[in-house]
Amino acid sequence: MPARTDLKTIMVLGSGPIIIGQAGEFDYSGTQGCRALRDEGYRVVLVNSNPATIMTDPGVADRTYIEPLDVASAESIIIRERPDAILPTLGGQTALNLAIDLAKAGVLARHGVELIGADVDVIECAEDRDLFKKRMREVGVPVLDSRIATTLDEARAAALELGYPIILRPAFTLGGEGGGVALTPDDLEVVATNALAASPISQVLMERSVTGWDEIELEVVRDRNDNAVIVCTIENLDPMGVHTGDSVTVAPAMTLDDHEQQMLRDAAIQVVRAVGVETGGANVQFALNRATGDMVVIEMNPRVSRSSALASKATGFPIARIAARLAIGYTLDELPNDITAVTPASFEPTLDYVAVKVPRFAFEKLTEARVPLSTFMQSVGEVLALGRTFGEAFGKAMSARELDARLDEPTSVADALERLEKPSWDRFDLMLWAARRGASAEDLHAATGVHRWFTHEIVALAQAGEDLPDSLDAIDADLMLEARRTGLTDRDIAARTQTTEVEVGDHRRALGVRPSYRQVDTCAAEFAAVTPYFYGTYGTEGEVTPLGKPSVVVLGSGPNRIGQGIEFDYCCVHAAMTAQDLGYAAIMINCNPETVSTDHGVSDRLYMEPVTIDAVLDICEAERPVGVIAQLGGQTPLRLARPLSERGIPVLGTSPDQIDMAEDRGRFGALLGDLGLKAPPWAMAEGEADLLAAAEQVGYPALVRPSYVLGGRAMAIVSGPDELKAWLVKERPHGLVMVDRFLAGAVEIDVDALSDGDDTWIAGVMEHVEEAGVHSGDSACVLPPQGMTPESVADVRRQAAMLAEAIGVRGLLNVQFALRDGTAYVIEANPRASRTVPFVAKATGVPIVHHAVRLMLGERIADLGLPVGNPMTHVAVKEAVLPFARFPWADPVLGPEMRSTGEVMGIGDTFTEAFAKAQRGARQALPRSGTVFLSVRDEDKPKLAALAARIIEAGFDIVATGGSARIIAAAGLPVREVNKVADGPPHVADLILGGEVAMVVCTPSGRGDRADGATIRRAAVRAGVPCITTMEAADAASQSLGVDPARVVPVALQDLVTS
Amino acid sequence: MSAVIVLEDGLVLPARAAGARGTALGEMVFTTGMIGYQEAVTDPSYMGQILTFSAPMIGNYGTGDRCLESPRVWPEAVIATRIGDSPGVAGGTGFRSWLIAQGVVAVEDADTRRLVRHLRDNGAMRGGVSTEMGAEELLALVREHPSLDGRDLASEAAGVARTLGDDGPRIVAVDCGMKEGILRGLAGAGMRVEVVPAGITADEILALGPDGVFISNGPGDPAAVTPVIEAVRGVLGQVPLFGICLGHQMLAHALGLRTEKLPFGHRGANHPVQRAEDGVVEITVQNHGYAVAADSLPDGVQVTRTSLFDGSVEGLAAPELLAASVQYHPEARPGPHDAAYLFRSFRDRVVA
Repeated sequence: MPARTDLKTIMVLGSGPIIIGQAGEFDYSGTQGCRALRDEGYRVVLVNSNPATIMTDPGVADRTYIEPLDVASAESIIIRERPDAILPTLGGQTALNLAIDLAKAGVLARHGVELIGADVDVIECAEDRDLFKKRMREVGVPVLDSRIATTLDEARAAALELGYPIILRPAFTLGGEGGGVALTPDDLEVVATNALAASPISQVLMERSVTGWDEIELEVVRDRNDNAVIVCTIENLDPMGVHTGDSVTVAPAMTLDDHEQQMLRDAAIQVVRAVGVETGGANVQFALNRATGDMVVIEMNPRVSRSSALASKATGFPIARIAARLAIGYTLDELPNDITAVTPASFEPTLDYVAVKVPRFAFEKLTEARVPLSTFMQSVGEVLALGRTFGEAFGKAMSARELDARLDEPTSVADALERLEKPSWDRFDLMLWAARRGASAEDLHAATGVHRWFTHEIVALAQAGEDLPDSLDAIDADLMLEARRTGLTDRDIAARTQTTEVEVGDHRRALGVRPSYRQVDTCAAEFAAVTPYFYGTYGTEGEVTPLGKPSVVVLGSGPNRIGQGIEFDYCCVHAAMTAQDLGYAAIMINCNPETVSTDHGVSDRLYMEPVTIDAVLDICEAERPVGVIAQLGGQTPLRLARPLSERGIPVLGTSPDQIDMAEDRGRFGALLGDLGLKAPPWAMAEGEADLLAAAEQVGYPALVRPSYVLGGRAMAIVSGPDELKAWLVKERPHGLVMVDRFLAGAVEIDVDALSDGDDTWIAGVMEHVEEAGVHSGDSACVLPPQGMTPESVADVRRQAAMLAEAIGVRGLLNVQFALRDGTAYVIEANPRASRTVPFVAKATGVPIVHHAVRLMLGERIADLGLPVGNPMTHVAVKEAVLPFARFPWADPVLGPEMRSTGEVMGIGDTFTEAFAKAQRGARQALPRSGTVFLSVRDEDKPKLAALAARIIEAGFDIVATGGSARIIAAAGLPVREVNKVADGPPHVADLILGGEVAMVVCTPSGRGDRADGATIRRAAVRAGVPCITTMEAADAASQSLGVDPARVVPVALQDLVTS
Repeated sequence: MSAVIVLEDGLVLPARAAGARGTALGEMVFTTGMIGYQEAVTDPSYMGQILTFSAPMIGNYGTGDRCLESPRVWPEAVIATRIGDSPGVAGGTGFRSWLIAQGVVAVEDADTRRLVRHLRDNGAMRGGVSTEMGAEELLALVREHPSLDGRDLASEAAGVARTLGDDGPRIVAVDCGMKEGILRGLAGAGMRVEVVPAGITADEILALGPDGVFISNGPGDPAAVTPVIEAVRGVLGQVPLFGICLGHQMLAHALGLRTEKLPFGHRGANHPVQRAEDGVVEITVQNHGYAVAADSLPDGVQVTRTSLFDGSVEGLAAPELLAASVQYHPEARPGPHDAAYLFRSFRDRVVA
């Protein structure tokens, strides 16, 4: 059946900000979907609150709304754009939930809009655990014995019937958020309370635990003619009990025999049919008991997912693109397999390589949130590596994680094995560590439950490292080749030989041991492939042919992590597009399967390889590009600029030496001095005594951080020597520590600029909402600035231009300033894309990265036709989205260390409107009535009465504890006083958890009284009410409290683009 | 221990011994199936061939009786990237040890992708594997080795006479190298199956008084399997007939069609086949080097199924003559079960 002609306009729902459990994979699938629909001639209307995405580029859809993903906003867009249908299956759980909300609110019926891809019945059957199990039982697919609980009492009763251990899963949440395992009745009290609170419908599924069973996922695609194919079977190394997003996974399945594989395949297709997924992709998860052969279906998602993105990258089969086309009426046999162009999409990919996914955690940044891995997802990103064997793929994937944290070394093998009993984020590092010291495959299996076949492979990999000579010179070509084929990377060999990765790489290349590159072709070479998607492997014939024109290599940003997210992927994708526009072949190197950059349709050639010097240098030597772009992928590629350049690979744009001029504090300080620019006093020192002296000289409060850090890792503000000492004990920084005087009360300003070294164009001046001291990535910011004088704006523009030209920037520069009493102090300058680049591009309509790449390739600012002056007639606010809902035991305060995982944007005619939209987008929708709780630290108290007055004026009641209540009352304002937590119940946290508070403002004091504030803030996160932790954000919020979402006008980017 | 792979056109690939030592010659073929290595090597259709697995690693879950499609290994040799020896969940023998015990030459660390690409681009050809001789010596042997073309291997591949199932219509199954899965598929659909070796005549079949006749898969060049073609011709129209793989080709010849050699064969578990009657696509298991040519379709004969990979004939029906067949393997083993309904359809035709 061909595409439907009764549909003209299709609305696509995105997934909103990046959060744990819902990341860039939905930018990948949404972008693919929008393009597929437009190619078919439909008018596409896109809604997504996340500006750091490719899908929200004005060219991807016909109408692009960076607006909150809620009913009010969606309905107003529906009224304006009159879509015939909504496709909700490409935007993750967020989009599915919104589709259901729209249906329930009568919006779809009211405006005659059809859901395509999955209808309400399908979504509810898949999402409502009870309904799902009932349907499964009807068709004879085994499910777990389970009970539904909606109250704690029901949970207790159900537990008696089921017996422990019990898994609890809240209904309608992402990535298992709020779930957990209860081993005892005591556990149950805690886990059930959290789970009930996490579910928007207070419904929790309690299941007999299958912890320890093997977990296997199948990616199914089905069309309206009932053709169903399994695109990929993904085997989890971590057994049941660890969320699949946190598991190491492998495709194809390694340990299943045909009997098991076909049992799962039959069941998966049966599940998809029974739930009623008519068209599109679905993910079905199974638990398999290998000893008894028992199998149960755990869950299914009637939409594309993180796993489907992984499956697409692992096999080359573009699930989202196919799913979008199936939703509009095609059948699988009518669609071509893009990779072969001659065979249809109605087949099952077959692999002649192994694909291993390894999760990337951020516990070096969320230290207090660290708990054993469980049924709710905790990782923030992932890497994919391909190899001819499991060992090769696994070794590459482990190296591609780019860990900032060092393994906390066990004291003995026994200690390691004991630690392995509880699944931890570093369990595979621990397994390798123990295997190097003699732990057997059986030991590792016994401790972790990981299938023996995998522990055997891990031991073999560890042993291969131990078998190598410990001197690099003693490793000849044969040994080197064997080591690399086994799966050891240059970094592993460096660790063995006490050398560096770069030294091993130089030695290896001198021996003539280089990888060859093989095609990912969905068909194990049975058909000639036309799509240039490659991975490296050792010791075999290569398949890369000359490109026939000059090429540019774009280095991606590796796994998502806090501080380096998809905003850099956005930049890399734009770089590839621009290189192509300019007549170059674009070559992409990245290992992150969740991204648009690793869509093989984005570049002329994609290498799914670690962004390490090991892999990148070999590719560059094979491809001989005109140059490498290293300034768009964050710190990851920037670190490679110098070693690449030293080995004769041209780095485009700002040179490594110029980058160093900005990054080396000594050189940068001297540069500022020469230019006559002000900076806070600073010093660098190593060791406690020298550091204390340095801090004394700089003056307190001081900002301390290890040199060369990402996203403010381990950064802190210390108010005196005692806090500095405590910080040293906690962080154990290696090497030099930087100490800056902290300018309390300053406003932080971010400037993004383009420069050719002689001439500079300021792309955006952003004013932060939170004061300096909150990491810029965690702070809301506004464009154009609202509180700066024209003189200050002109001053920071002038200073940024001076810096760009003095450094000799060719491409992008980001400068951060602290503005206090009209004086701008330079905090830092980064000659690379900043995380605000996509926000600035969306807000101003200027494709900054496009221009930056043209500058890198030799054009001048004057050639680019950039707009003069500031054409913005609207206000754009960027708000950070924090992961605390996932870690309810952590204190959700902001500080110098970045902790947000994503961002949203709000666009409006005024700051208040834009800010209110941004808060809604960040799922912190400001209340329109009710009670606001206020508790502020002493420094903020002078501003408290004014804040309270504005809140009361907006029609709210106020409650406050002791000191704050007295100040408000003294100002003659009505306030109700409540107990502090320490005063005993009923206290403020009870009030919040009881649903009596609509918004919390609780600013953390530097000292004392911490526990109370933390309890209050945690209660707010648990209760799901907006929790504001800085005075500046509270001020902004108080202005936006009265904004009625229904009366805010949605803004399409296409209406803003000026030029 | 090093080993060598050669093709008749002179391609030489290094490898390492991973099974019995020795030298093996045969037609070089590859399968793209990712699992089911033991089912594959016990499939009699691989007789006279050297089987290359494109799957990255085989031998991961050991061996076991439920994975046997016949009592022995049929390919002359096995080639893979990696052949493991894990004991498997049930603690059975590792695959590598099992191959050694079976006396099968096997090699690993071979560049199987290069081999597949070579066969894809240059067509099916003879080859050899040796753990004991050099490439030149082996190449000479390969070039002397007889081709499979024109060879009838059906009676050699057939197993012993046997029966399965104790209820339902009575089926005589002509064994040309029949997989165990087919026998179980027929019996599982509710038929009593009497297996007779290839070589049986039409009269002998009809003398058994069957309700239906089945013709199995098997190795060799279909055009050369004249005894079975004659037998099919003799029973056509008398009782319902169903053929799988070689059995499908036997029916084609009996109906006056011809078979031709495919460039490099269909071997794998992911082959899409479209049904003419409703357009539905089945993911099928295939193992054949020849296909039925659709150029001169006689009256009353329909092509019921077509490969979506290359458009080749995947199913035939001659309703007036009560005959139908498929080129692919509804019993799967190893592979998807999409076509398993075909055994029930056969039973329905038999009892109709």
